Amino acid sequence: MKSAVVVFPGINRERDMARTLKLVSGTEPSMVWHADTALPAGTDLVVVPGGFSYGDYLRCGAIAARAPIMDAVRAHAGRGGLVLGVCNGFQILCESGLLPGVLMRNAALRFICKDVYLRVERSDTPFTRGYNAGQVIRVPLAHGEGNYVADSETVARLEGDGRVAFRYVAPDGKLDPRWNINGATNAIAGILSERGNVLGLMPHPENHVEGAIGPTDGRGLFAGLTQHFAKVA
Amino acid sequence: MIPNEPPITAALVAEHGLKPDEYQRILDLIGREPSFTELGIFSAMWNEHCSYKSSKVHLRNLPTKAPWVIQGPGENAGVIDIGDGLAVVFKMESHNHPSYIEPYQGAATGVGGILRDVFTMGARPIACLNALSFGDPDHPKTRHLVSGVVAGVGGYGNSFGVPTVGGQVRFHTRYDGNNLVNAMAVGLAEKDKIFYAAASGVGMPIVYLGSKTGRDGIHGASMASAEFGEGAEEKRPTVQVGDPFSEKLLLEACLEIMAKGCVIAIQDMGAAGLTCSAVEMGAKGNLGVDLELDRVPCRETGMSAYEMMLSESQERMLMVLKPEKEAEAEAIFKKWGLDFAIVGHTTPSKRFIVKHAGDVMADLPIKELGDEAPVYDRPYVETPKKPALKAASVTPPMRVPDALEKLIGTPDLCSKRWVWEQYDHVILGNTVQRPGGDAAVVRIEDGPKALALTVDVTPRYCEADPYEGGKQAVAEAWRNITAVGGKPLAITDNLNFGNPEKPEIMGQLVGCVRGIAEACKALDFPVVSGNVSLYNETQGRGILPTPSIGGVGLLDDFTRSATLAFKAAGETVLLIGETQGWLGQSLYLRDVCGREEGAPPPVDLIEERENGDILRTLIGEGLVSAAHDVSDGGLLVAIAEMAMASGIGATLVAAPEDTPAHAFWFGEDQARYVVTVPADRAEAVMQRVHEASVPVHRIGVTSGETIVIPGERPIAIKVLADRFEGWLPAYMSGAA
Repeated sequence: MKSAVVVFPGINRERDMARTLKLVSGTEPSMVWHADTALPAGTDLVVVPGGFSYGDYLRCGAIAARAPIMDAVRAHAGRGGLVLGVCNGFQILCESGLLPGVLMRNAALRFICKDVYLRVERSDTPFTRGYNAGQVIRVPLAHGEGNYVADSETVARLEGDGRVAFRYVAPDGKLDPRWNINGATNAIAGILSERGNVLGLMPHPENHVEGAIGPTDGRGLFAGLTQHFAKVA
Repeated sequence: MIPNEPPITAALVAEHGLKPDEYQRILDLIGREPSFTELGIFSAMWNEHCSYKSSKVHLRNLPTKAPWVIQGPGENAGVIDIGDGLAVVFKMESHNHPSYIEPYQGAATGVGGILRDVFTMGARPIACLNALSFGDPDHPKTRHLVSGVVAGVGGYGNSFGVPTVGGQVRFHTRYDGNNLVNAMAVGLAEKDKIFYAAASGVGMPIVYLGSKTGRDGIHGASMASAEFGEGAEEKRPTVQVGDPFSEKLLLEACLEIMAKGCVIAIQDMGAAGLTCSAVEMGAKGNLGVDLELDRVPCRETGMSAYEMMLSESQERMLMVLKPEKEAEAEAIFKKWGLDFAIVGHTTPSKRFIVKHAGDVMADLPIKELGDEAPVYDRPYVETPKKPALKAASVTPPMRVPDALEKLIGTPDLCSKRWVWEQYDHVILGNTVQRPGGDAAVVRIEDGPKALALTVDVTPRYCEADPYEGGKQAVAEAWRNITAVGGKPLAITDNLNFGNPEKPEIMGQLVGCVRGIAEACKALDFPVVSGNVSLYNETQGRGILPTPSIGGVGLLDDFTRSATLAFKAAGETVLLIGETQGWLGQSLYLRDVCGREEGAPPPVDLIEERENGDILRTLIGEGLVSAAHDVSDGGLLVAIAEMAMASGIGATLVAAPEDTPAHAFWFGEDQARYVVTVPADRAEAVMQRVHEASVPVHRIGVTSGETIVIPGERPIAIKVLADRFEGWLPAYMSGAA
């Protein structure tokens, strides 16, 4: 799997992401600078990592969405290429028009860093094939603005088309407002694009991949992607 | 030659925080009246915050050397060797005064400043910690301050991208008008690639990097060198505004140009901004500095030399570059979108010359600016010793289970989850032990080595007996590192006190420093960096003496670190160390009995060392399943914390006959740890501890979901956990 991690000024989880991609897929990703206009030839997967691109000063992801490299990312997605956005990356993909909706401030109006439980809603996508549908995974999140909001029509379409990939749930897998950590609409933690080739999610699976450090539930996402490209190739 | 507008009057001198005799010293030094800009420069260099004039004579007694110390106090941060060609760079610094006036920005820039100190030396920050002290929860400002400070600490660290892995939060009415924000940063560097402040070479370009200079933070350091009177809020313009985004860019750009070999010397612009950084670079290198202020990137037009020299705008650096690398360095900074300007050069003259708009605004002897700052051996009176409180004289107002349930939900002992969940503590993927344990454990790169990090101090002990309190702060940091299995290496100290011009306050400082020095010597735990914050007083009322100790230790293998949670039912619970039942200055005495009395528990440093060394050995050999140091709240609170972390309870033995039960369970005797071991190994482990001549007692067995003490009702872990986790969120939402 040939992956490219996009680096905007102020992004700060690019090292975590690169390390995990290397660890799980065995291949070092390319780091792509925001001012570049092209992705490395043969890129399979584009990852927009977490952080605070441009300080999140205007609106999370709004400035990064207009960076030169994003045209290349949009083109890659347009060709059906895979794009993964995590945390600030999810916000950037929403602002770029690659995913619908927006991430608002957490309902409690505070930054939250803690492990949460996600239910994997489907396992038939390149991003989630490493999991079973209905499986509950434990991954950390760290954000101040992860409260997913879209107009009711969009939400209905997302739900109807099965484009909700991950949902915040209680440890037993049941929906529970107490476990919907940021107050997201329908407890949405991650969504897919219409063609299913773009995934955005707020939590950080890349931080839960090493048994020696903690839980490894994040590994499935990267292992699944690696398998996907091994098969494609 | 030097334009003097406005004229220097006695009132103007006083406004600059300079005493008449200090002003006379300036006149004697330069042989003429200073210009307005020069007066500003002197006030910046000679205030308490920058010159350490009241504490210097005492700080000299701190041990600062060990074979693993690469750089002790005096640089931006301390540096220690951790083997494998790597060094750890760390320091703690206060941002108390600004955080009271403007909690979010005050705290945020505190974090920003300490991060800059660390990466200035060429280290990539890998962890932050902090120690926060707030006023009485019932004080009308406390909630606002907690909310703002925590958001500010998180806002900066989270955005910058460093995990905030540990700290302390306490409440006491003596912090009502002066909350404390002590921020610590820890970075990792290659041992032979540490960068220092001393300039070298004549005619070398001095480069200004980072954000533009604005009118914020002017006189920030002077503000932090005075007491608050009425209307402290009016000092808001002296508080800087943080920009973590710029700081992150500055970090990446600095590390990149350092890696490219462009840098001769580097100094961050912290307190007293351009003045302090330029003077330090020159003075340390025995060189003069010429500054051309017309080239300083400014955020606003029409800034005077005075304003530029005293601005504390954040996220700025000063560097001496290798001339041949100038273009390369500039390209890197442009790439990161940061300002880059050559604002001066080094000279052989040992003068500090500041030019602006064709005029020489300052022309001062550079060495003397720092070296000739006044040093005071201020008069002090030792804090009178308090008599030890006899446990028998304390009548327990309630049963032991009731006292535990009360204590565990008090502001000082309750869970600080509400705070640390606002800090990103998992970024970088190396946090092995998250907040909530004895010490945070952070893996170094891909391991197996890891750092154990902690911040500790018990201000009520320091107030009652500064010497013992100083010792205890160091011992507790050492103990917390030991309890996770780390070898304690060095500390950074952040000494927070009231007005040093009062002999009683000075007595606290002197006593604490003496105690810290004693403990550091006995435990081989030298001080490599630090900061002093005085004048933490409002309308004549000072804070509790609060010498925060930030400790750094090393684990050879992070997979062997110990955690405090019980691991399984049926394991033997052991208590290492001796228990007499010391109730003086205990939380039990204060929060259950409503009395703040007696001498604090004495710290026997030989005992500390022996008890800790054997525990570390046991952990290293994988013989114990859980370990926790006994501190605030005593033995039963330690056990409760181990139970709550796991959901597993314990059936305990009765208190020994010669010790009153409440004193046994809640006394705060030092040098103690609770550990668990599988039952079949208990005898062998106890034997090992005995062989080290360390007392160890079997105090129970892990079991069930309650804590059971003979003759008392069982205490449900669930009830404890609800109280433990409940108070702070309820308080912050206005319900408690």
